[in-house]
Amino acid sequence: MHAHLPAIEADRLAKHYGESVAVDGISFAIEAGSITGLLGGNGAGKTTTIGMIMGLIAPTGGNVKVFGADMAKEPYRALYRMNFESPYVDLPHRLTVRENLKVFGLLYGLDNVSARIEKLASELDLAEFVDRAAGKLSAGQKTRVALAKALINEPDVLVLDEPTASLDPDTADWIRSHLERYRARKNATILLASHNMYEVERLCDRVIMMKRGQIVDDGAPQELIARYGRHNLEEVFLDVARGRREPNFAKDAAQ
Amino acid sequence: MTATHCPSFSFRRVGAMVLRHWYLLRSSWPRLFELMYWPMVQMFMWGFLQLGVAQAAGGTAITATATFLAAFFLWDLLFRGQLGFSMSFLEEMWARNLPNLMISPLRPIEFVMSLMAMSVIRLAVGFVPVTIMAIWFFGFNLWGLGIALAVFFANLFLTAWAMGMFCSGLVLRNGMGAEGLTWSLMFILLPLACVYYPVTTLPGWLQPVAWALPPTAVFEGMRALVLEHTFRPDLMVWAFNLNALWFLAGALSFVFLLRGARKAGSLIAVGE
Repeated sequence: MHAHLPAIEADRLAKHYGESVAVDGISFAIEAGSITGLLGGNGAGKTTTIGMIMGLIAPTGGNVKVFGADMAKEPYRALYRMNFESPYVDLPHRLTVRENLKVFGLLYGLDNVSARIEKLASELDLAEFVDRAAGKLSAGQKTRVALAKALINEPDVLVLDEPTASLDPDTADWIRSHLERYRARKNATILLASHNMYEVERLCDRVIMMKRGQIVDDGAPQELIARYGRHNLEEVFLDVARGRREPNFAKDAAQ
Repeated sequence: MTATHCPSFSFRRVGAMVLRHWYLLRSSWPRLFELMYWPMVQMFMWGFLQLGVAQAAGGTAITATATFLAAFFLWDLLFRGQLGFSMSFLEEMWARNLPNLMISPLRPIEFVMSLMAMSVIRLAVGFVPVTIMAIWFFGFNLWGLGIALAVFFANLFLTAWAMGMFCSGLVLRNGMGAEGLTWSLMFILLPLACVYYPVTTLPGWLQPVAWALPPTAVFEGMRALVLEHTFRPDLMVWAFNLNALWFLAGALSFVFLLRGARKAGSLIAVGE
């Protein structure tokens, strides 16, 4: 592995659907071992950007590389080191948690799948329902199982789309703590799209703010709060979303 | 724990997908029952119908029934072979699991191979018991066709998989709106592949179309075997050649439609 290589690197990444521009030539590099938040209102282009990073969506222009692998051309060079969780993606409901994790453990080429499942069951507190059908779990339990699936291969790059959406504060806090521990233990790179500003402020070293397919600001949460003269990231988000202040980050960077 | 390398092909990943679908079948008796229910209903309907017609016409009831039952079983193999492939694929869409698979190291060829394996497994669950029932009810033993049956099966599975790849590709590219085609597209072959009648029944201008379909040669070969006790290797060679083209076309269409799905963004927004 090259230590200097960014974990994720987007270069003029663009996605157009006919006349509609979902992502408009964005560039960024994410250092290995960091937690980065991708923020923006609905339709800002976050999910499309994540889709291109995971190789699910082909870019119209530019490229995105994960550990140097172009995700549109050679995704399998990187996919075994990555994983993904989203509330919009499910695990098969009729399979038990253990069966689901076993299938994904085999897909990711783990040597000892059973031991890995036991370890995850212990770490994520799944033991009580590991042999229950995935469709019969509560929202909080499902999120923990989805996280277990996302961690099954101990990914170096973990992409999370709203990992705590619709969870009660206690479960959400528990998930955040686990992510912090995972990053610390594995030195993993985590990319997080979220509408929960408290979550982003707490977890992220860096925040990339998107609007209408473009990056409109980029920095550490405290930097952004200071730059906008606000008290928290939620106020910054509202400033950006409502256009009260819209720094042209791309132009600043070019200069 | 992260794998240190990722082979470009792995039977283990194919096996993982087969295991995933086996878990599903095992956990759902309606799914298992459905595999057997409709072939059984069809077998009785065709068996009794042909028995009645043959008796009324004063012909050789056993030969007529045997021909139609053999045709029914081979058609069912073709139809259910494709359906088994497509249904296993649709299960991923219904479960909203497809993005999980597409971001895993599972290659498209491994995914397709697992769907082929599932089409054989699903068919065996329903098909074998019904063929045994046919021996008891109508004295017709499909397995008595011997080694020729293996050649018929191989040809029909190749056509079924080619159609399955095409139908699944359509769903990948166009979303669940194309689901209906996976159920109905195969039926275009029913009149044209001359399942229940010889090719000579068709008007002259339609016969070349029929001969361009691999199953036509299989059904003609089956009739030659049942009625004349003659195995026609020429027909089987023709069918295998056509199937090679169909299979290639099916595989290319799947790859092309998968690429289209990535361009259209429909892999991440699985739905209508």
